Amino acid sequence: MEINGEIRNELFEYLLRLGDDRLILGHRLSEWCGHSPILEEDIALANIALDCVGQANGFLSLAAEVENKNRNEDDLAYFRDETEFKNLQLVEQPNIDFAYTIVRQFFVDVFSVPFYEELSKSKLEDLAGIAAKSLKEAKYHLRHSKSWLLRLGDGTEESHKKIQNAVDDLWRFTGELFFENEVDEKLIKDNYVPSAKAIEVQWNEEVEKVITEATLKLPEEPNTSLRAGRNGDHTEHLGHILAEMQIVARSHPGAKW
Amino acid sequence: MTDTKTIIELLTNIPDPEIPAINIVEMGIVREVKFNEDELLVKITPTYSGCPAMKAIEDEIINELNAQGYEKVSVKKIYNPAWSTDWLTDEAKRKLKEYGIAPPEGKAEDEFYHDLITNPVQCPYCNSKGTKLTSEFGSTACKSLHYCNECQQPFEHFKCI
Repeated sequence: MEINGEIRNELFEYLLRLGDDRLILGHRLSEWCGHSPILEEDIALANIALDCVGQANGFLSLAAEVENKNRNEDDLAYFRDETEFKNLQLVEQPNIDFAYTIVRQFFVDVFSVPFYEELSKSKLEDLAGIAAKSLKEAKYHLRHSKSWLLRLGDGTEESHKKIQNAVDDLWRFTGELFFENEVDEKLIKDNYVPSAKAIEVQWNEEVEKVITEATLKLPEEPNTSLRAGRNGDHTEHLGHILAEMQIVARSHPGAKW
Repeated sequence: MTDTKTIIELLTNIPDPEIPAINIVEMGIVREVKFNEDELLVKITPTYSGCPAMKAIEDEIINELNAQGYEKVSVKKIYNPAWSTDWLTDEAKRKLKEYGIAPPEGKAEDEFYHDLITNPVQCPYCNSKGTKLTSEFGSTACKSLHYCNECQQPFEHFKCI
């Protein structure tokens, strides 16, 4: 693959973001395996987790190729430390309960569909390919999270309360979905990636529409935060995820099965 | 030199690890076969990003071709263009149905077929449309779960994607 040297660092950084978001979200979802409220949901969440980890595999393989330093996707997933992870703080938030899991997923899915649609137009063919594939998956992920949000919001008093709590708690992490810095600026200019900010209006409209339909309310306060996972600043939860996710690979480097 | 058609023919011997009723060529997983001097390159694409069968398929391809005398074989995973159920041949769809899995209906781009609630899937056993969706997610990423109200049979459906 021919990568212009001037763009290599930015592209690598950006691909880490994409890969890390899906890797961490996929890991979180996989924690439900064997614990979901009903069997069908156990299967559904495991399936979605698998899609996320699969997408992460694609992005991180491409990141490794772009970096060109003899690392592969597994090295990037298992041998980087917390501050080197560039995922959104939203995706590392703990499952807490089914309502939290659904709200977290919904916030991500509403973003992912239009984002992948734009990313599939990237001038980097391999990246466009992964995005086009991921778009198909994001569409049914959204169908799943949206239908649960509606059912739980407009469900029983207890389900309504739980999902409203989750909306209130997770809202402050959603502003980061539209994070942009000089990395984006350069890549957007050269048509490698779309602008995340450009999706914000559409995201707000869609989220508000579904939240209202679910008889829920969005918090009044702004959803922006000062610290960003994109800069390697994480909540206390990421370290615990990495400890669990990386322990086997780090204890037995180079192990094969 | 063997032509690539012969190689593809050999690859039809490999059943899909998760749905052995159809082979990896019919499934649309094998995208391209190429000779690079004395090396044989097979390009495959995953049905879903996280398809756990990819490694098994890769190993099977190498084993099968090695067994047929092709010593240098490499398999490359590609994502572009994204796999689609549109690539399933009519023959593959027939085999799926015979196996008890309702084949995908319609074209992938037609989102009407993605909504399995408003568009009930036809039962592969009794052909009734009087079925209901149990879950959009099944035993593998590519399938959903349904129940036939007519013949009271639970069944799987190969989702249109």
